[in-house]
Amino acid sequence: MPTFAPTNSAGIDVSDRQLANSQLGSLEYDPAPESAAIAKLESSYGLFIDGGFSDGEAHEQFATVNPANEETLSMVAQASAADVDRAVSSARRAYDKVWSKTTGAQRSKYLFRIARLIQERSRELAVVETLDNGKPIRESRDVDIPLAAAHFFYYAGWADKLDHAGFGVNPQPLGVAGQIIPWNFPLLMAAWKLAPALAAGNTCVLKPAETTPLSALVLAEILEQAELPPGVVNIITGDGSTGAALVDHPDVDKIAFTGSTEVGRMIQQRTAASHKHLTLELGGKGANIVFDDAPIDEMIEGIIDGIFFNQGHVCCAGSRLLVQESVADEVLRRLVRRVEQLRVGDPLDKNTDVGAINSAAQLLRIRELTAFGESEGATRYTSSCELPQKGYWFAPTVFADVAQSHRIAREEIFGPVLSVLTFRTPEEAVAKANNTNYGLACGVWSEKGSRTLWVAERLRAGVIWANTYNRFDPTSPFGGMRESGFGREGGRHGLEAYLNV
Amino acid sequence: MSDARLDVRKTYKLLINGAFPRSESGRSYEVTSAKGAFLANAAQGSRKDVRDAVTAARGAQAKWWNATAYNRGQVIYRLAEMAESRRDELAEHVALAEGMNSRTSQKTVSASIDRIVWYAGWTDKIAQVLGGTNPVAGPFFNFSIPLPSGVVGVISVQESSLLGFVDAVLAPICVGNTVVALASEARPTPAVLLGEMTSSSDFPGGVLNVVTGLTGELAPVLAAHEDVDGLDLSGVTFEVGDELAALAAGSIKRVFRPHEKESDSSLRRLRAFVETSTVWHTIGQ
Repeated sequence: MPTFAPTNSAGIDVSDRQLANSQLGSLEYDPAPESAAIAKLESSYGLFIDGGFSDGEAHEQFATVNPANEETLSMVAQASAADVDRAVSSARRAYDKVWSKTTGAQRSKYLFRIARLIQERSRELAVVETLDNGKPIRESRDVDIPLAAAHFFYYAGWADKLDHAGFGVNPQPLGVAGQIIPWNFPLLMAAWKLAPALAAGNTCVLKPAETTPLSALVLAEILEQAELPPGVVNIITGDGSTGAALVDHPDVDKIAFTGSTEVGRMIQQRTAASHKHLTLELGGKGANIVFDDAPIDEMIEGIIDGIFFNQGHVCCAGSRLLVQESVADEVLRRLVRRVEQLRVGDPLDKNTDVGAINSAAQLLRIRELTAFGESEGATRYTSSCELPQKGYWFAPTVFADVAQSHRIAREEIFGPVLSVLTFRTPEEAVAKANNTNYGLACGVWSEKGSRTLWVAERLRAGVIWANTYNRFDPTSPFGGMRESGFGREGGRHGLEAYLNV
Repeated sequence: MSDARLDVRKTYKLLINGAFPRSESGRSYEVTSAKGAFLANAAQGSRKDVRDAVTAARGAQAKWWNATAYNRGQVIYRLAEMAESRRDELAEHVALAEGMNSRTSQKTVSASIDRIVWYAGWTDKIAQVLGGTNPVAGPFFNFSIPLPSGVVGVISVQESSLLGFVDAVLAPICVGNTVVALASEARPTPAVLLGEMTSSSDFPGGVLNVVTGLTGELAPVLAAHEDVDGLDLSGVTFEVGDELAALAAGSIKRVFRPHEKESDSSLRRLRAFVETSTVWHTIGQ
């Protein structure tokens, strides 16, 4: 794997890299790992259906591994079509007999309970998340788990106020919601799906991602502790075939999917000839636009957060950096220096910035696409950091001299890889930012408010961060335009996805 | 009666990009009144006409959206004025097309014009109803605004040749989209008339494009077109709608399918083709 080139085509000075190595790179930190024992994982988990755990009908299991060392964490059940049917029937019964007769105020209190229980068990959940996903403990502790609790807390308050949500008086739930979530923010995505659905009065069948089922299973324990009525939430683990069975089940009223555009398209096709309501939160190729007047220190940190947060496994990642030409050399120079300082390694270490790639399959995809980056003529900078021997790892990488036609500028890499392009005028920045089939998120960096707003209203993106990036909040609607999907999660808007309005 | 004046009849054409072409295919199809009398040889639009209309709609979208909401409201209100001044003509066509007596057709035209006025008033209010600020936990000013989806394909309802058409095309237009509409196949003339009126109402060319022709031939082209962002399936049966919805999935289109009885006051049509865009801006000294 190539490391730093001594210079690039723009003639970047190597002295900065030497500075980084001599002064900052030489700083050693003592390891500060969180204990894996805090996770208190069981050796195997069943399916959470009708208020309790049970084996799948075929008794099939698969291993979920720690991507940082490839060790098996636990065995989980592979739900078959028959298990999906059992989960959907349970959700239907709970909807008809219990949940549709539970008042908004009661639903509200269950959701507040769940929020509190997540907070109480936050340290355990953070370790579980980091073990199963590979993300740095700093992120699971400070972002994933607190935001998951906040999401339940926020929607708890909506459950008894739906008349005031702007969808007319007495809006009705849809019924049984099938929810399929990705592996990049396992518990947070579960919260994004379950909280608004339950607040609106639906019952749920949730399918966590194949490689990250564990935090959802701990959440199932939490639902038991909250004494949520049996069947209101069912959590079934499995691979793509489990998800497909859920999508195709005739007694499901709503499908909510977060994942790739490829799978989303298939789900939209498969549900087209049905009564099923659908919301999709799909891929992205976010542009992070940097103007020459942007405050450079904050901006460099923002670019780093935008692409290396969660190893770049973020659908809204700022994976295309658009830099105004007049500052491009300096931005690239400082960016490369900063990338060299990222600490890559043990996700459980509190000082780690970049953790493990979630799976071997994802690592393969990142490697394939970055190979195209080089063969298509972009200039590659890869951090010289040492990578652990075991597990799935990819060193933070920046490509300069990227053209819009390059695959690394068009396709979602979903890894710690940034493509840098340049522009001259705001019009050109907007045109390049919008030159994608996706439309999820963009960033704008400038001190000039009028220009930021001018750009923001022209970007075809559901979320725009100005002088910041990758911020999330339960009150703030999130979701895409164009092939990034439709529907919003978060805020008042997020209720619409679960109401028959 | 050799001295009786022979009336001058109109050729019914398409509306694409503000111009009134015949179909590029040169084809036409016979349109009759509800009682079977000859009404017109309507242009039988082709796949190419649909694609040209999409190109026109895409080209017009930024200009239409960048006009102020106040301005868009005035343009739509102007359409109501034009329709009012030609209401007898509209009523005659609605009566012939739908087999109504003149009193009922006049009432339908009144309802249609009032509906246009309703939409004219929405342009500068919808952002306040669907948007707002979000109290995020941090030093950020966070607001959400509804943006148009872009280009919307409308397969207009077959029975209600004017009122149904007005609802289907003006809802997306009033929130900033541009539209390619397939008029009712058997009853296209009221939609053609309304299209003509937009060209004397300050509608920029391409904001509303009207294609007449065979729905079964044209709808799949519109549904599968990659540069169409949204699709209104009001004018097809449930079974055909299922097929078109599957085609629409190819480019993840937003699909609107009407409820059995769509309430006049529902905002479903207005919400169907808007995208919530949320902006976070830092707050600091």
